[in-house]
Amino acid sequence: MFVFVARRLLLLVPVLLGVTVITFTLTRIIPGNPIDLMVSPLASPEVRERIAEKAGLNDPLWEQYVRYIGGVLHGDLGDSFVTNQPVLTDLVTRFMPTFELTLIAMLLAIVLAVPLGIAAAVWHGTWVDHLARLIAVLGVAMPVFWVGLIAIYVFFFILGWIPAPQGRIGVVIAPPPAVTGLYTVDSLLAGDWTALRSSVLSILTPALVLAFAAMAPLARMARAGMIEALEADYTRAARALGFSEWSIVLRHAFRNAILPLLTMTVIVYGYLLGGVVLVENVFAWPGLGRYVFNAITSSDFPAIQGFILYSTTVYVLLFLLVDLLYVLLDPRVRV
Amino acid sequence: MNATVLEPRERFATLARWCRRNPVTALGFGIILTLAILGLLAPLIAPYDPYALNPRDRMQGPSWAHPFGTGLFGEDIFSRVLYGIRLDFGIGIGAVAIGLVLGSSIGATAGYFGGKVDEASMRMMDIIAAFPGFILAMAIAGALGPSIPNLIIAIAFVNVPVYARLSRARFLVIRHALYSTAARGVGATNWRILWWHLLPNSLAPIFVQSTLQFGWAILDAAGLSFIGLGVRLPTPEWGVMVALGVPRIMTGQWWISFFPGLAIAITVMGFNLIGDGLQNLLDPRRR
Repeated sequence: MFVFVARRLLLLVPVLLGVTVITFTLTRIIPGNPIDLMVSPLASPEVRERIAEKAGLNDPLWEQYVRYIGGVLHGDLGDSFVTNQPVLTDLVTRFMPTFELTLIAMLLAIVLAVPLGIAAAVWHGTWVDHLARLIAVLGVAMPVFWVGLIAIYVFFFILGWIPAPQGRIGVVIAPPPAVTGLYTVDSLLAGDWTALRSSVLSILTPALVLAFAAMAPLARMARAGMIEALEADYTRAARALGFSEWSIVLRHAFRNAILPLLTMTVIVYGYLLGGVVLVENVFAWPGLGRYVFNAITSSDFPAIQGFILYSTTVYVLLFLLVDLLYVLLDPRVRV
Repeated sequence: MNATVLEPRERFATLARWCRRNPVTALGFGIILTLAILGLLAPLIAPYDPYALNPRDRMQGPSWAHPFGTGLFGEDIFSRVLYGIRLDFGIGIGAVAIGLVLGSSIGATAGYFGGKVDEASMRMMDIIAAFPGFILAMAIAGALGPSIPNLIIAIAFVNVPVYARLSRARFLVIRHALYSTAARGVGATNWRILWWHLLPNSLAPIFVQSTLQFGWAILDAAGLSFIGLGVRLPTPEWGVMVALGVPRIMTGQWWISFFPGLAIAITVMGFNLIGDGLQNLLDPRRR
């Protein structure tokens, strides 16, 4: 087990190095001179030159890259040109809103999609199956930002069920004292019902919109895995032994369908990391997605680099986690 | 497979039978074909010039004169959505074609030669695939600057590993096929075997994958344009058109965003239905 983990971690090093090479290269070909963002347009050429020299922008590219990597290893992602703060600080303050949103979306997607997939497999070929397929097809095809807008129109403008899409909590409501950084959890801990109501209502729509997009691949995977498991010999054996249908579906078949679902969950999370950029923009959600959007429109490349590096690292680590879970859950993988 | 040449009527009957057996796939083909024809005929069908502004008729709801309503400057949304078919299909075709050619050449070379070539190119693909797709596309499109060719490059680049892995896997299987060994036996060169014998035999799964990728490409293109990283105004592209309606959704002018977004959803659904259906045909276990 230890050797497996060590080898798997070692394999990550070249991948992550490659990732930094790509992010570094990309952010150096961005049009627009970063110096223009760092100094006032009225600054004399000498001042510009001095600041460029100080920021190391005149050094050869490979030197800049080596310095960048050295910094990254010390947790230094550079300073944002726009907020003038360390990028790491910026990312940390915006991490929780995005984490809360993607976490709730992911949970909603799993809770909705897995039973749907199981039902589609059990009643394979009936209207349940067709309904599941229809939901899956629509969920993948509809752009998240568009679904978000429709949700705002219907639930805010027409029905008035949800608050205006202006962030994590109503404008006039004080956010709960920070314990976990998750507004829903914090307001529950503080026993602040107004804040809880407002934060739950605020997060529900964007989370459902993201979950709807994430449901399709999960439901499909659950369905495919369950169909295979329900036709397997061990299921037939369980049936012959007279286990109840419920017990066969949930205890025998579902256990065998879980592993591929785990991998799919991580792939879907990677998709959510992209989708959240669009959804945060529609719902004015003050998270990483909006941060990187603003960074791109103002050529703030330390911020862009930081965000891409962060989300890719998270993505890669999640895959590692799934691999480890495989080893823990499925003895056959242990070699 | 039937080797005899079919009469046109028989051909039609075969097609009809196939459609009856695969109604969902046929629906996908129907959607895409209809949209393609509408796009090609856009100049004939569109009631207005997609670039024409008419401030007097601004922000009017759907009516007989303007089936999809009018936008912020009185532009006719129906005409713009029609012209959008050309652009969004074009971006999709461009991105898929570039990704397919690049990816399958890399995968073919890796799978055929194996060894160090294989190792090096596949590790590179791993690195690209380590990024969450949309975020990498966003970074590339942002780095290159917002324009249609850059948008196509960004989306194509992200999808290269998909094709590379598929075609490599296929090549590993068919490289030792009997016809390949036979060709080598009669003295064919590596390149000839690769291009003439193996490539045609590796294409089916790659083409099926590319119909699914079409949907993704159009969705990603619209998403990038929506956040201002792709096509810019006043070009009639669906993602940009949805973005235009964002501030208006809170004041009730839903049609500005609704119809262009609907066009995206229908298109992507069409391509996905085709891709799904073809995948089931190729791999009966998935049924």
